[in-house]
Amino acid sequence: MKKHKFSLSASAVYLCLILWALTTVYPIVWVVQNSFKAKNKILEDSFSLPLGELFTLANYRKAFENLDIFSAYKNSIFISGMVCAIVILLAGLASFALVRYHFKLRDTLYALVVAGMMFPVFATIIPVYAMETSWGIAGTKNWWLSMLSIILPQVAGNLSFAIIVLTGYIRGLPIELEESAFLEGCGPVQIFFKVIVPLTKPSFATVAIFSFLWSYNDLFTQMFFLRRPETRAITRLLNELSSNEGTDYGLMAAAVSLVVIPVLIVYVFLQKYIIKGMTAGAVKG
Amino acid sequence: MQRMQYRKVWIFTGAHNKNCKNENAGGDASGIPEKEGVHMGANIYKNKKPLLLFLLPAFAFMIVYLYYPFFKNIFDSFMQVKELGISGEVWNDPWYSNYVKLVQDKNIWTSLKNTVIMTLVTIVGQVGIALVLALMVDNIRRGAKIFRTMYFFPIVVSATALGLLFNLIFLYDKGMLNQILSALGKEGLTDWKEEKLALFTMMLPVMWQYVGFYFVIIVTGLNNISEELYEAAAIDGATKLKRIRYLTVPLLHNVLCTCVVLAVTGALKVFDLPWTMFPKGMPLKSTFLTGTYMYYQTMIVKDIDYGAAIAVMIVILGVILSKAVNTIFKEKDY
Repeated sequence: MKKHKFSLSASAVYLCLILWALTTVYPIVWVVQNSFKAKNKILEDSFSLPLGELFTLANYRKAFENLDIFSAYKNSIFISGMVCAIVILLAGLASFALVRYHFKLRDTLYALVVAGMMFPVFATIIPVYAMETSWGIAGTKNWWLSMLSIILPQVAGNLSFAIIVLTGYIRGLPIELEESAFLEGCGPVQIFFKVIVPLTKPSFATVAIFSFLWSYNDLFTQMFFLRRPETRAITRLLNELSSNEGTDYGLMAAAVSLVVIPVLIVYVFLQKYIIKGMTAGAVKG
Repeated sequence: MQRMQYRKVWIFTGAHNKNCKNENAGGDASGIPEKEGVHMGANIYKNKKPLLLFLLPAFAFMIVYLYYPFFKNIFDSFMQVKELGISGEVWNDPWYSNYVKLVQDKNIWTSLKNTVIMTLVTIVGQVGIALVLALMVDNIRRGAKIFRTMYFFPIVVSATALGLLFNLIFLYDKGMLNQILSALGKEGLTDWKEEKLALFTMMLPVMWQYVGFYFVIIVTGLNNISEELYEAAAIDGATKLKRIRYLTVPLLHNVLCTCVVLAVTGALKVFDLPWTMFPKGMPLKSTFLTGTYMYYQTMIVKDIDYGAAIAVMIVILGVILSKAVNTIFKEKDY
């Protein structure tokens, strides 16, 4: 092909693409730059950079004084980390068994997994809450129990998806490696941990990212299970903030920045895996 | 393949006696394959005892946390549940009273209407914009990766944070949009959250957030279309637009179907962003979606069994909508 000239249609295409990119990137830039301005300056002129006299850290000072942001982060990471770990372990074990073992109920169980994707969280939350209350997990004052009360339903909500992704991957693994492990004297459990797990790493990463982000961002379940201040996770804290202090725009901007920037940093480094993880359910196969 | 494994089976039975220390596996080995075509996999995994260990935890979770509550919820919708966290014990009088209430409740109709609009907006807006952007990216030489990274970013951010962000953008008292508009010479301020504009203000961010998601799916689909087809079409004299119309779009049919199904199921699950921007169906209960109304009845009004009935309605709505989508956009084999 000959060298392409700078054509009109190509630049129109780039212009459109850049315009949409602006809509996804600029709002974040805008909120971060305004988090460094006093409230009244945000309303007067929100587009200039916070330089010179405009610059202030007052919003952040207020955010750290009034909001328990660190504790919310700790809770969020603990909950999502646990959800992610438990989902990987349980879904990994189940997928391995569903792919490699031949038994009567196999197809039925797989159908149960697929059907499990269909339940909206709205349709299970009330009985789950009642069930956990009767066990003494939900609605208690104990921090550990509160964490447990939200981790368990979130694990259940992610298992179906995880099993579907993992079975798809494990099915494609050559059985020869398992055979040689077997020759070395490994039982099925050892085969799982020593052969399957290392080989399935990319798919585990996908599942891990998906379930972590899903749990981290899920406000609905948090509204039910994390009602005491010390148990609040990040999204729950933001929701609380917006209903109580919605008019302190500087504080809002600072809080949004504090939540978005860490995610942005992680995203920049792991974007390849994150994009793959989030779309895996749709483009599998 | 089959044959090779067969061969290995014999090697394995020889080696096995020396090396295998595992009891379970030892049990397996006693059955030296007699028939042809019995392959090794079947041998390693012949002992079904570990199955329970592998399957029980995951399936116990799903039964206890998904299947049981799902059916319990249907029962709850016919019972009196006085408080969140307590199971219903007495039947409603008449037992279907919640469903009578459902039909008569004005807010239910608002929420159904809004949810259907939301579904259409997500199909047309998200998948449509994503398709256009994907077709554009497919035609450029440089920067496709960067665009992908930027377009996908909003999906990673929690919808609650985006809700707060859009509250600032749509602020009446000189938020970002009103500042832009007045800089462009518009007089007076627009109240984006008043009744007429509320739905627009609520749906725009929801739509915007997930465009990148469908964009990635469609771009992946586009990459799977072979370059030769385009070359052949170009030789036959098809213009760029014609190639898109008669080649790309038909070949993307199944990918687009997947997107539409995902958009519909996604639209039914929306909760975080609307609830952050328009809590309690503000203004004047006009912005309820089925999900946010279910939450409102359960947690704010504290009519738990009615909340359960709304949840049942959400399930039924989901089934109807996905059936409709499946009949309209049937997957095809090419």
